[in-house]
Parts: sequence; C-alpha cells; structure tokens
Amino acid sequence: MVEAIRDAMDVMMERDENVVVFGEDVGYFGGVFRCTQGLQAKFGKTRCFDTPINESGIVGAAVGMAAYGLRPCVEIQFADYVYPGYDQIVSEAARLRYRSNADFTCPLVVRMPTGGGISGGQTHSQSPEALFTHVSGLKTVVPSNPYDAKGLLIAAIEDPDPVIFMEPKRLYNGPFDGYPGKPAVPWSKHELGEVPDGYYSVPLGKAAIRREGAALTVLAYGTMVYVALAAAAETGVDAEIIDLRTLLPLDLETIEASVRKTGRCAIVHEATLTSGFGAELCALVQETCFYHLEAPIKRVAGWDTPYPHAQEWDYFPGPARAGRAFLETVEA
Amino acid sequence: MADYAPLKLHVPEPAVRPGDIPDFSNVKIPHAGSVERPPVDADPVSIRGLAFSIIRVLNREGEAVGPWAGLLGDGELLEGLRNMMTLRAFDARMVMAQRQGKTSFYVQHMGEEAVSCAFSKTLLPGDMNFPTYRQAGLLIAAGYPLTDMMCQIYSNERDPLKGRQLPIMYSSRKSGFFSISGNLATQYIQAVGWAMASAIKNDTRIAAGWIGDGSTAESDFHAALVFASTYKAPVVLNIVNNQWAISTFQGIARGGSGTFAARGLGFSIPALRVDGNDYLAVYAVAKWAVERAHRNLGPTLIEYVTYRVGAHSTADDPAAYRPKTESDAWPLGDPVIRLKNHLIKKGAWSEARHAQAEAEILDTVLAAQKEAESHGTLHAGGQPSVRDMFEGVYAVMPPHLRRQRQQAGY
Ligand SMILES: Cc1ncc(C[n+]2csc(CCOP(=O)(O)OP(=O)(O)O)c2C)c(N)n1
Ligand SMILES: [Mg+2]
Repeated sequence: MVEAIRDAMDVMMERDENVVVFGEDVGYFGGVFRCTQGLQAKFGKTRCFDTPINESGIVGAAVGMAAYGLRPCVEIQFADYVYPGYDQIVSEAARLRYRSNADFTCPLVVRMPTGGGISGGQTHSQSPEALFTHVSGLKTVVPSNPYDAKGLLIAAIEDPDPVIFMEPKRLYNGPFDGYPGKPAVPWSKHELGEVPDGYYSVPLGKAAIRREGAALTVLAYGTMVYVALAAAAETGVDAEIIDLRTLLPLDLETIEASVRKTGRCAIVHEATLTSGFGAELCALVQETCFYHLEAPIKRVAGWDTPYPHAQEWDYFPGPARAGRAFLETVEA
Repeated sequence: MADYAPLKLHVPEPAVRPGDIPDFSNVKIPHAGSVERPPVDADPVSIRGLAFSIIRVLNREGEAVGPWAGLLGDGELLEGLRNMMTLRAFDARMVMAQRQGKTSFYVQHMGEEAVSCAFSKTLLPGDMNFPTYRQAGLLIAAGYPLTDMMCQIYSNERDPLKGRQLPIMYSSRKSGFFSISGNLATQYIQAVGWAMASAIKNDTRIAAGWIGDGSTAESDFHAALVFASTYKAPVVLNIVNNQWAISTFQGIARGGSGTFAARGLGFSIPALRVDGNDYLAVYAVAKWAVERAHRNLGPTLIEYVTYRVGAHSTADDPAAYRPKTESDAWPLGDPVIRLKNHLIKKGAWSEARHAQAEAEILDTVLAAQKEAESHGTLHAGGQPSVRDMFEGVYAVMPPHLRRQRQQAGY
C-alpha cells in the first residue's frame, strides 16, 4: 500500500505542477513509512521537502498555498500528532470556502497513518477520524487496500476541498485480520494489491461491498474490513461486508440498500466507542431503515481508554469480539 | 507585473549526505576556557554573545580550564563517569533486548550521556524535570532503580505504568521526572507552568524543560518562551541539539537564526550554548541556570551542542540519510572518553580501573535485567492485567467504562 500511495502522488505531481508534497522527514528520506520515497529526487526540493516539526505550520502553510492556487498534499507523521494542526484544519481549512464565499478555497490533502496493531502505544496507534467527520467542510477518507489507496488519493488531490486521508498503518505491508501471531500476507498475494500504472481514480463517497451476504450488514473501514471478513468466516454468519472507503461524504445509498435487504446491522471500528463514527452510522441506519430492522444495531469498537501498549490485543477489536457481535445480532 | 526576477524558494540542505565525506568545518568551536562566566544576575542584553559561542571546560589535553572549571571534586566526577557508563551499558542491553523481541521499541542516548547525567546533579530534591525520551540519565543519576526502568520497557507485571505506555516513556514524581508524553514539545510549556505554580505558592522548587533541536519548531516551544519571559518563571529551558531530528538535519528547525540558543534573545531570556559532550561544562552551565531560577532571577535557555551517534530509535536506520562515518568526524568527541581522560590526567583514574568499572557496571545492569525479566517481557512471562487497561482513565471509573470492562471479561 506504501507503493500505491507513493504512486498516486507521483502520478499527480507529474500531471499537475501545482501539486506539492511536504511534511516531517518526507523530503530526502522519503517519510518514516517511505510513502514519499524518491519524490524529492524526481521532482526537486521545491516540490517535495522536509518541514520543521510543527504540525500547525504544516497545515497552516498548506492552507496558504492552497489558497494561492497550489494543491498541497501534506503528511502528518502519525495521526496521533495531528492535534497541533487541528486548529488550522478546523478553523481555517474547513471553513475558508464558506466564510469567503469561495473568494478563497482550500484544495489540500492531509495524509496521516492511523490505527493500531503495531505495538505503538498511545502515541502511534490512535484512530481520530471522528474528530474530522464532525467538522463541516472536511472530507474524510480511509482506504483499506492498495488499489483504493491510489485511486482515492488521486481523487482527494483533485478534489476542490480539504480532504483528510487516513492510512491504516497496519495495512501498509499487507491485509491484517486481527491475528498478530499469524504469518503476514503481503499485498502481492491479494487481488486488491494489484495497482495499475498511471492515472486512475476511485471516487470519494462510494462504498464497496467486500462480501455479499443476506443475514447481516456490516459497516467497516480500514483494517476492520479484514477483521470483519475473518469474523464472518469464523462464525459462518452470512454477512454483507461494506467497506465505506469514504466516511464523509458517506455512501448512504449502498448502506441503506443493504440493511433493507438484511434487516440487521453491525458496525466495526478501531476508534473508541463513545462518540465514534459508529454512533453517526448507527443514527443514520436507524433514521433510514428503522422499519426494516429486526434487531438492535451493534457497535464493535476500541474500548473507551487511551490506546494501551501491553494490552494491545485486548484493546483491539479483533475477530473474536466482532464475531460475537455478529452472532448476537443475527440471533436477536 | 513587478519589475523583479522570479522568486525562488529556499530549502536548506545539510552539508553532506550518504556517500559524502563528513564535514563539520562549519561548526565553530572556541577553545576550552575561552568563554566568559558572567554573574547569574547579569543583564541578558550584556551576555547575548553566549548564545553564539560554545562554553567548554575540558581541553584537548584533558585539563579543566577557564572560568567555568573547578566546580566538581574527584568524587563527583567519578560518580558522573559511572552514571554515564551505566546509561551506556543500559542502552546497549535494551537495544539488544528490543532486537530479541523482548520489547517493541527503544531509544538510546549514545554520545549524549553527559547532558542528562550532569544536569541531574544540579537540581535539588523536589525540583521537577519535564524530559523527552532521550534523558534517561536524569533517572539513572537520581538513583532510580534500573530494574524499574526495565520493567517499564518490558511492559511486564511489575511495570510501574501498568503496561499502558510505550517503552522508555517513564514517569517518577519522586525522582523529579515528569511523565513523558511522546507528543513533542508539549511538556516544555508545562515545565513553565509548574515553575509558575511554585512561584505562585511561594515555594522554593524549580522546574526544567527539555526539548530536542527538531522539536523547537513546535508552537509549544514558543509558548514556553513567552510565558517564561513574561512571568520570569523559575525554569531552566534545555535544548538538546544533537544535530538530527530523525532524518532531518538541524538546519530545518533552526532556519536563519544562527543557533538555537539565539531563540531566547527576542524574549530577553539569558541564553547559553554549551559543549554537550563535556560533563564539566554541562554541569557548570546548568548550575548557573539553576542558581538563577532558585534566586528568582527567572528563566534561562541552554543549548547543549552534541551529536546523536546512534539511530533515532530502534525503528530507524540513519545510513539512509547521513554518512555512516559522520559520528567519527564529530568534533566534540565522546563524553565518556573525555571525562575518563580528564580523571586519568588528574591521577584520579586509570585505564585498569576504567576497565574494571566497565565490567562491574555491566554486571549491575545484567543483574537488573535478570531481575526485570523474571517479571516478564513484552510477549512472555508476567503481564500487566487487562483490568489495568481500564483503570486510571478517571479517578473514579464511570459506569460506561465499568460496563466495557465487564464485557471484556474483567
Ligand atoms: C507532535 C509530534 N510530531 C511528530 C512526532 C514524531 N517524532 C518523534 S521524534 C521526532 C524527531 C524529534 O527530533 P528532536 O526534537 O531533534 O529530538 P531527538 O530525537 O533528536 O532527541 C519526530 C518528528 C512526535 N512524536 N510528536
Ligand atoms: Mg535532535
């Protein structure tokens, strides 16, 4: 997935000389996860460069550049470090179009590795997507595989508005179903690991059905798509697993059609439960599908604690927890 | 159109990259003993030059010279040497333990041992450090048990932090070591706040903030300077300039300011630069700043000029962004060797005693490691309980969390 993300930036930097890429360690070194490797050598250090360690500065400078007419695609080293840049995202990037009546706009992408599963403790594991979906004016994207990552990132860079692009870091090197002890599977062995050369895009706001099923609709994104697939396989629940891909704008149509069909819904995310994006999904499903529901909607999520180090696999909502919720929903 | 040539963006570059010959000829190094030692109540404006020089005590011959020399006796120097050697041995064992899969992550101090070990000795009981992940010498020099540090690193059943925190993010109020967050620079301003609290309460305790060269770019660094300046907070603000911030050379954070110490000048905070690989110089300058804080003269900014010899962390390989031999070319030498040579020169130490001390220290560290491992390592043996994951989020566990804990089966 790292290569796919790099390729998306490469393609867009080639096509549009207004695309610039910067962030901490992204220039010469190519990023701590190597997502920008080679871009400085190819496009020069005024198109791809290292910044001072200041997330407010990274986003703030990007807002200024975007308003000027560039298309910055910036990296925050870990989603856990975005908070110093949060004011620039919320008060500035998100509202520039609205408050200036489109006199100024802000076509920028803020990329950040998100999620846990790497023994990273509380400062390398968080999933703060709900802090962005709550903000009017932002779009929030969470890809789950290399094909989508490239296509969605290209769409994000082309989008006229600010996009938060969250890369589940546990998926960088292969799909992950929540079993840390199992041998890692590389993307090269996965159908969605195949990434076409050159330009293509995956539209923002369109979900993908990863598994068709009749008994239960599962809403998931990022790493949890694979956890949900594993849970369905283990429990034998005939789940329809929807990979949301974009949280905002949300593909409510696909969700609604599925829940109307199955009459049951479970939601899985890594982020903490309370006020998580699952709460929004739950409300929307209830509003649109109440008369089709045959059971209460279940949420499976990270516990409401900071992300722990030693107890990671008790914290992480893996296939066992997801499977239990699936069974409870279909048996209710 | 303006009648000017097109603008061009300036992006700073380090002098050398992998494959080049390391070159520190741009680092101007004054002779040991050549920099003045002003009184602690000197007018900041009159000592602006200290922000652009480097205060040094140990010369090439291993002698302690100049106005900053003479503060430490042989016993104190030997203790300093032992602390630095302990930190180095501790690091080596923990880097190895990480490679063996006994923990997930480690950050070593190679080359920077003098900074935290010497600084620690200038504080009084009750003073509080707000450290980064690269100041474990503060704990070691304060006598914090090595076993407890290792139990934290292993996230085992005796981890004082219950397995919640990433390895090396220690916390010990008793040892004057504030809980490390992991988010850079956030704690610099907290150090100022702690110091302000002490002044509000007419206490006598002071605080010390810690930050790396790269992290001085964060807004919280500037917040700390303005608060410290405005309220004349009793705080020592330390910048450890080890030349690198992961792969990013210090020029990216420093910009056009010449030195990091110079950042203090606009705030009228006395700012000093010191040879961070010279135990005696670090001690002398830190002592000067600590004295100012205790005498209610306000904040001091210190830049320790040093070099990060090792990788940024166990997750990093510096060969990708700097010449492999760069650390050999670093002109300020190695802090352990320099102090050792000084003590030998004084007749207080010898090669034989050094070798013996090395062996003793290794034994001590190995014994601590054995003890720590008897309580488990990250993936084997005694573990913190899952209950601990739910505890401590709040003083009193709210009902929703209690429900979740029960759901989890604990
Ligand atoms: C707010 C924030 N942004 C980014 C990071 C990621 N990060 C961890 S260490 C580091 C480099 C810090 O360099 P420096 O301040 O020079 O300290 P050193 O590691 O050299 O001691 C970075 C960018 C972080 N921990 N917190
Ligand atoms: Mg540094």
